[in-house]
Amino acid sequence: MSIGANEEFRPKIVAFCCNWCSYAGADLAGSSRLAYPADVKIIRVPCSCRVNPMFILRAFERGADGVILCGCHPGDCHYSTGNFYARRRMTMLFSMLDYIGVENGRTRVEWVSAAEGAKFSATMNDFVAKVTSLGKNVRLGDLRCKN
Amino acid sequence: MQQRIGVFVCHCGSNIAATVDVKKVVEMLALEPGVVHAEDYQYMCSEVGQAKIAEAIKEKQLTGVVVCSCSPRMHETTFRKCAERAGLNPYMVEIANIREQVSWIHKDMEEATQKAVILGRAAIAKVSLNTPLKAGESRVTKRALVIGGGIAGIQTALDIADAGYEVDIVEKTPSIGGRMSQLDKTFPTLDCSACILTPKMVEASANEKITLYTYSEVEKVSGFVGDFTVDIRKKARSVDMSKCTGCGVCQEKCPNKKAPSEFNRGLNTRSAIYTPFAQAIPNVPVIDREHCTKFLTGKCGVCSKVCQAGAIDYEQQDEIITEKYGAIVVATGFDIIKLDNYGEYAYDQSPDVITSLELERIMNAAGPTKGHLERMSDHKAPKNMVFIQCVGSRCSDGRGKSYCSKICCMYTAKHAMLIRDKYPDVNVTVFYIDVRTPGKNFDEFYRRAVEDYHVNYIKGQVGKVTPEADGSLTVHGVDLIDNKQIKMKADMVVLAAAIEPNPDIRKIATMLTASIDTNNFLTEAHAKLRPVESPTAGIFLSGVTQGPKDIPETVSQAGAAAVKAIGLLAKDKLLTNPCTAQADIMACNGCSTCANVCPYGAISYEDKEVRGPGIREVRRVAVVNSALCQGCGACTVACPSGAMDLQGFSNRQIIAEVDAICR
Amino acid sequence: MQELINKAKELLANGTVVRVLGWRAGDLSYNPEPAFFETEEDLQKFVYDGFCGANLSKYMIEASKLDGKTLVFLKPCDTYSFNQLIKEHRVDREKAYIVGVGCRGKLDIDKIKEQGIKGIESVEGTELDGPDTLTIKTLYGDKTCSYASAMLGRCHVCKGKEHMIADEIIGESKDTKDAERFDAVKAVEAMSPEERFNFFQKELRKCIRCNACRNVCPACSCRKCVFDSNKFDSAQKANVDSFEEKMFHVIRAFHVAGRCTDCGECSRVCPQGIQLHLFNRKFIKDINEYYGEFQAGADIEARGPLTNYTFDDVEPSIVKERG
Repeated sequence: MSIGANEEFRPKIVAFCCNWCSYAGADLAGSSRLAYPADVKIIRVPCSCRVNPMFILRAFERGADGVILCGCHPGDCHYSTGNFYARRRMTMLFSMLDYIGVENGRTRVEWVSAAEGAKFSATMNDFVAKVTSLGKNVRLGDLRCKN
Repeated sequence: MQQRIGVFVCHCGSNIAATVDVKKVVEMLALEPGVVHAEDYQYMCSEVGQAKIAEAIKEKQLTGVVVCSCSPRMHETTFRKCAERAGLNPYMVEIANIREQVSWIHKDMEEATQKAVILGRAAIAKVSLNTPLKAGESRVTKRALVIGGGIAGIQTALDIADAGYEVDIVEKTPSIGGRMSQLDKTFPTLDCSACILTPKMVEASANEKITLYTYSEVEKVSGFVGDFTVDIRKKARSVDMSKCTGCGVCQEKCPNKKAPSEFNRGLNTRSAIYTPFAQAIPNVPVIDREHCTKFLTGKCGVCSKVCQAGAIDYEQQDEIITEKYGAIVVATGFDIIKLDNYGEYAYDQSPDVITSLELERIMNAAGPTKGHLERMSDHKAPKNMVFIQCVGSRCSDGRGKSYCSKICCMYTAKHAMLIRDKYPDVNVTVFYIDVRTPGKNFDEFYRRAVEDYHVNYIKGQVGKVTPEADGSLTVHGVDLIDNKQIKMKADMVVLAAAIEPNPDIRKIATMLTASIDTNNFLTEAHAKLRPVESPTAGIFLSGVTQGPKDIPETVSQAGAAAVKAIGLLAKDKLLTNPCTAQADIMACNGCSTCANVCPYGAISYEDKEVRGPGIREVRRVAVVNSALCQGCGACTVACPSGAMDLQGFSNRQIIAEVDAICR
Repeated sequence: MQELINKAKELLANGTVVRVLGWRAGDLSYNPEPAFFETEEDLQKFVYDGFCGANLSKYMIEASKLDGKTLVFLKPCDTYSFNQLIKEHRVDREKAYIVGVGCRGKLDIDKIKEQGIKGIESVEGTELDGPDTLTIKTLYGDKTCSYASAMLGRCHVCKGKEHMIADEIIGESKDTKDAERFDAVKAVEAMSPEERFNFFQKELRKCIRCNACRNVCPACSCRKCVFDSNKFDSAQKANVDSFEEKMFHVIRAFHVAGRCTDCGECSRVCPQGIQLHLFNRKFIKDINEYYGEFQAGADIEARGPLTNYTFDDVEPSIVKERG
């Protein structure tokens, strides 16, 4: 892909944010006017452990170019242990996606507390830049293409 | 059922409308399937705005409402209540956050408008799949727990008890009193700390509604708002509290007096059997088993021999007390930071470099020097004293804390003033970055130190303190106003070390599932509007555990925390979050995977008769106790068959959002 | 084999069990199939030879719902699956009389065909105490090959000859491991992302969604599979470009991660020869590396790795860091 094409390309990014930390962190980023690209669309979930790998695969299948999951820092989960399970599940899922040849830069987990508006914004800026550099997600949407 | 969705787009004055083309959003969302009504208004959260929503619900028989406005963390409840008043189930409302997530962070109007439309579509897609939910009820145990027995905890407990509720204080050390009991005088009135604190301690101990668990720690917390179950470890005191008369003979006779006194910050020693200070409450000593000869060698037993009451019990074991509470107040307070990162101040090298808290003990009549200002090295009276401010506070290099400890400017002014008052021949110099004195009578207090007591304030930092061979100290600093290097002799250097939350707070916060910030202060439910509540329901914050504060602020905040706790305890029942997990018994395997990940023990298994097309059998299936379920959703993903789903955040709802965003 | 039949007859006769779960001859000599036997007469059709690869554990889910005990024959590797099913409350231990049968590796007819042997009519020497060399009767005369060369892929990474659970054991087992379990996974990992993508695209393109893998898998024992429910909007069979078409195998592998005993049935039954175990074994390898060695079904009490955690678990970014 040429650099010129990359400049035109705007990725579709789905961000799952836990209600207690990361969604609040996103709110803080907003009230602090810490900009990040409009490509990021947030889906609020009660906890990172609510995010089913099916949701992530669904997003990719429907044309998402990157999916990021944000939760409370390990040890700070509102439900005590939710993010610990999410961490294992996502490690497994991301490893599998990487294994089947999907660029590992398209998936990310980041722990963002309610106080970390700046981190939320920085994370999203970084993630969007990374996914933009990878270009359009063709692999996962096309894994079983019948050409 | 035919969907009839209403979309309401808020301008939020210009907060949203300046960046998002609100009319365009209305126009676009009106085209979405199921949408029968779309309008915009200046302030949807206002009475007029809410009336518009209510009117549309009634007139157009809306089945779902989408409000495109600020964060649901702000007004979701407002709009749910509005819907409920208009006869729509409150859980048929979804919020598209087009302020925090759109207008406030994007500049380009076209881009922002487009994103607002997409977020609106996602909310519409979700609300189409919402189901009416009804909040359940749970009981409230009318008893509060206060963790920490300093002035914050004592005040909170007194206020809760005053309202007529039972309250328990758990204090880690052998006595309540906390940091304030270590202080000599308090600013800005210079009254004696013990004189104002001790009556409160006595009051707490005498109050019938208050139970003190001193020398105790919280071991385990389970349950949730209104219904917490807490295990308290009552550490073995080795003294029977019911027999001890507090005569103090055991402490006098104890042959082992080599243990460093925690209360006097290690400046002197205490006996192995001890009460931390004379006014300790309860006035019952504890045996420090790590220093007691009897426990170390098996020989001694002097205290047991001299105790007339026969209260000494070497066999005493830790005891676990399990109690139920409706509310928990955290008042774990602070300590000062360790100075390992600040070698340049020679704190470890010279006993005459001390912290302000140590100075409090030195100045105190019951302290290691009986209140005489003297150097710890040679017990000589100092002639020149230097105070260094912001040691580890307002630090940008990562060695200390980024925040202002808030109390140091004032207590240093206090120390300087007290010393100049009592020892007029002592020269006092203060190195400061800024002097911060907001507060009633605070600046007046500081000015007195400068103007009436002639304390030498130098704006500038100290780079180094060097202990000299003659026992004196050389202070190398800069004067930023005169822009010159300063080198001065000092007999004592006092460091205003930063304060930090009690190190136990991490453990406690984890037990309570209360969130904590990067500095280990507990996070408020809202920094401005809910400053004494944790985001975790039923947990309240009192004192420095929330952030640095002085005594008057601590006391007022402790009272506020008490009021919030009382407000909770006054309720007979709480409405529970209806967004709980539910198992579809047709799809449930009964495999127990969900129960393994449930943090609340909310899932059990029952043999139930299952009937379906061609099926009639008794199966082991999961049953969720919705009073215990807090709605995290861990089980929904653990469940291999997808039988477990979360109301309000169902698989289909979330997938509908994903699809709408990726459309 | 006769010993097994005798045992079955004895247990049926004395009323210990009311049925027997084993294998019977199929339409070809090398494709015996799982079967229930209720009478001594039925047992005439019973077979047990090198082609009896089928793991009978999963059939015990249905058998557990029936009245009376079932005699089930389990090979060493099948017992892991059975244990896992006990752990998940899917089978009733009390309803099973388990005879652990000996195993010296199971055979794969395709492995024989791959050696250029055509027109196969029957294979001799497949019994447990048979010779090391198989004799293959073909239209073109007798051919031979070594037993080991005809074994299923999974038997080359045999988990061992011990039965994890059994009421009694009949016959000697042999540990047939002669390759490293994760070599195939490592080979894929060593490829570039492009190569991996092309590799899996090629593999998955073969899938005809016959569901044989799902139906045979002892871990895929859900009463209602998510792919057959509307819970995730994933049941859209008519749509060729649908979610499940692309994600089926990834999701299936995820659903059994931490529960899959690596019995290898999925790969054995796949009519398209897709190396499905490469998915499951990848998860097992990751689990072992990140969370400590774990063998599903070895210990009923052990907590599954995906329903467990430690504070210091690796972060998902390990995937990227590992490169």
